Amino acid sequence: MAHGPAKGISRWLFTTNHKDIGTMYLWFSFAMFILGGAFAMIIRAELFQPGMQLVEPAFFNQMTTLHGLVMVFGAIMPSFVGLANWLIPMMIGAPDMALPRMNNWSFWILPPAFLMLASTLFMEGGAPAFGWTFYAPLSTTYAAPSVTFFIFAIHILGLSSIMGSINIIATVMNMRAPGMSYMKMPLFVWTWLITAFLLVAVMPVLAGAVTMMLMDIHFGTSFFSAAGGGDPVLFQHIFWFFGHPEVYIIILPAFGVVSQIIPAFSRKPLFGYDSMVYATAAIAFLSFIVWAHHMYTVGMPVAGELFFMYATMLIAVPTGVKVFNWVSTMWRGALSFETPMLFCIGFLVLFTIGGFTGLMLSIAPADFQYHDSYFVVAHFHYVMVAGAVFSMSAAVYYWLPKWCGKMYNETMGKTHFWISFVGFNITFFPQHFVGLAGMPRRIPDYALQFADFNMMSSIGAFIYGGSQILFLYNVVATIVAGKPVSDDKVWDGAEGLEWTVATPAPYHTFEVPPTIDPAHAHS
Amino acid sequence: MTSQTSTDYEKYYVPEKSSLAVMATIGLVLSVFGAANFINGLTFGEPGEASPTILYAGLFVFAATLFVWFRTTIRENIAGMASGQLKKSYVLGMYWFIFSEVMFFAAFFGVLFYVRNLAGPWLAAEGEGGRMNYLLWEGFQFSWPMMQTPQEAVGGAASQLIANNGAFASAKQSMSFAEAHHWYAWLPLWNTIILLSSSVTVHIAHTGLLDGNKKKFNLWLAATVALGVLFVILQVAEYYEAYAHFGLTLNSGIYGSTFFMLTGFHGFHVFMGMTMLAIQLMRSLRGGHFTAGDHFGFEASSWYWHFVDVVWVFLFLFVYIL
Ligand code: HEM
Ligand SMILES: [Cu+2]
Repeated sequence: MAHGPAKGISRWLFTTNHKDIGTMYLWFSFAMFILGGAFAMIIRAELFQPGMQLVEPAFFNQMTTLHGLVMVFGAIMPSFVGLANWLIPMMIGAPDMALPRMNNWSFWILPPAFLMLASTLFMEGGAPAFGWTFYAPLSTTYAAPSVTFFIFAIHILGLSSIMGSINIIATVMNMRAPGMSYMKMPLFVWTWLITAFLLVAVMPVLAGAVTMMLMDIHFGTSFFSAAGGGDPVLFQHIFWFFGHPEVYIIILPAFGVVSQIIPAFSRKPLFGYDSMVYATAAIAFLSFIVWAHHMYTVGMPVAGELFFMYATMLIAVPTGVKVFNWVSTMWRGALSFETPMLFCIGFLVLFTIGGFTGLMLSIAPADFQYHDSYFVVAHFHYVMVAGAVFSMSAAVYYWLPKWCGKMYNETMGKTHFWISFVGFNITFFPQHFVGLAGMPRRIPDYALQFADFNMMSSIGAFIYGGSQILFLYNVVATIVAGKPVSDDKVWDGAEGLEWTVATPAPYHTFEVPPTIDPAHAHS
Repeated sequence: MTSQTSTDYEKYYVPEKSSLAVMATIGLVLSVFGAANFINGLTFGEPGEASPTILYAGLFVFAATLFVWFRTTIRENIAGMASGQLKKSYVLGMYWFIFSEVMFFAAFFGVLFYVRNLAGPWLAAEGEGGRMNYLLWEGFQFSWPMMQTPQEAVGGAASQLIANNGAFASAKQSMSFAEAHHWYAWLPLWNTIILLSSSVTVHIAHTGLLDGNKKKFNLWLAATVALGVLFVILQVAEYYEAYAHFGLTLNSGIYGSTFFMLTGFHGFHVFMGMTMLAIQLMRSLRGGHFTAGDHFGFEASSWYWHFVDVVWVFLFLFVYIL
């Protein structure tokens, strides 16, 4: 094994090193975050005032669609894969990921797939315009030619996720250092193991869905067409059988991150480690039997509505266990409020709000009112932005000093947090109100009574968006000219094997596995 | 947490930097880009305009890269670089890959279940007071295999009330046993026998290998590959029959859609499994690869083979018999 990284571009193209690959995933996901963010800014600019302002309705629909797809598949998911790459081997004392060459391949197919997806904007008939959920028949009977490229892009993203997940599963199951039993693994490793399982289970189903779309569009089948005996609602069932686990794929690694960081800044071990593991597993299991809560209004039999309603409500139980455990971890801890901790506390408060609105949505009869309104938009942004994206910001601040051996600017970090927190709430809190009052989602124009709240939303969105520039600046400035840190353990309360290696983390770590003290509890 | 070093461990082989992934990416991306262009050309372009050249170029690069990739891995193993732990990673990788394939097929079986038990009966007036039927598809009766599409029931594409996305003309006859054939001419039955026996032969080959009897191994593995070839040939014949004599096509409504989707993807997987086994046979014959204790390439291929076999059993049950 060579000792340093190779020079020049070939280091990145040909690398098999989990840290290099992690870095590429992280930068790529940030680029996608900016791209998806730009689409969001166009949406919010159009909605700044009622009436048609800036863009054509058709283009507006392309923006909502691409915004969702790019954020979910391009920004959030790859960012957590990047974290997994960097951290899992270091956390379990492994020399690298189990299958390093495949690891590189999983990354490199992503950028061209997104290039292909983004290029649909310039194709005849425009980009896909049916929302990130691509329901048939909008995505089949009424599809623009560019949808074929969209379908193949989804195939590649799925392939990347499946290979990445297999790699993570093999790494966790096979490469733990001697003494690192399952119940000693850091919670981030646990949540990723379960996430990887979810991915391997549902990405093939998504692949099946887009394949059937392809067949319906080009080869005369009638999976989603009632005229031939198929059913457009079938598409929704398949999509949400993937889609609901997908939202947990997004949030479980975030749970893992928060479970690492809150103990560090509370200077206490995580409260209820075992129950955290079981709650994660329970959430994963339940996520397979709740999908139709996205489809209450399609005309399911009442028995179906009831089943999916109760099953959905059940998920709130393990989720509640987690929230309770995080709060208990902080209880009587020696708390300090560095940027990563601030983002975690922001996560905790706002994710809980998102969980509660989820619970409201899970009530089938009430959802007839809320469905496809801005209330749903508010719900999922509370869980996905204040949940997943906040935890991702926390993770970057927390581990960045270990990665690059330099400390970020704390004042700027805290400023980033507060602007994000305020901007986020100005954007999405009012959307609860307009949603409850009946404003539908995915429309470029709206009734006059929604004008004030929408203007607030747009202002908040620009604030939140702008704060990410500060984040980028802070990270780049740290890497280029940050204050060097030399302690192995950058944070005094941090626990785990990744804090036992040198800072910055050497190119290869744990070429010889560490031994883990059997008496030591989990980290 | 202490970090003293343990003494007895095998070094995990982390390969040097490698261009394999980038080459595979180029192959894959060219393939899908070429495929999308080609298919779009067929559907939306001028006649004769669509060209599969980029697709073929991509597939060629992809196949060549996979060949080099596997060759590299095999050579590393022969050179003794693969530790027991690395081999376990391969085993886990293969298990979970097969699991992902299981889920892929589960989606299509789920579709079959849904249209047979939910969508079909609802179109034919079950549920919601039968509105679906008398408002949109008056006169549609549901049976499986579906021998008349809702569109045909209302008198063709021109007279249907919802968006028209093509004409769906039912098959003249179904492919299932009852209607179709003398038993001895019923290809799916033969294919079932062929695939089930091939699972046995591949198992016998494995026992041969474990006994160190390479001759037995080669013989029975060759038999397995031959059975695989036979299956694929019969499946092609089955498709020919469907199109030429039974009028069952991709356009035949949901019966044709599910029939060809399930058997098509299964057939493709048989083809892949057969190719994998054939490669293992070549390795054994020409390269003298595999010993009683080290034969992961063969084992993984045989797991895959058993997997396609099990899928077929379900397929035979739910597509042809029940
Ligand atoms: C307590 C936990 C949760 C419950 C009970 C819940 C419930 C629901 C329900 C019932 C809907 C459908 C609303 C409708 O369309 O009418 C919904 C939508 C949604 N939820 Fe949740 N949810 C929860 C947590 C989460 C989490 C953790 C995420 C992601 C990180 C998430 C992401 C979404 C998304 C993206 C949608 C909208 C999908 C779309 O139509 O575009 N939810 N949720
Ligand atoms: Cu859901």
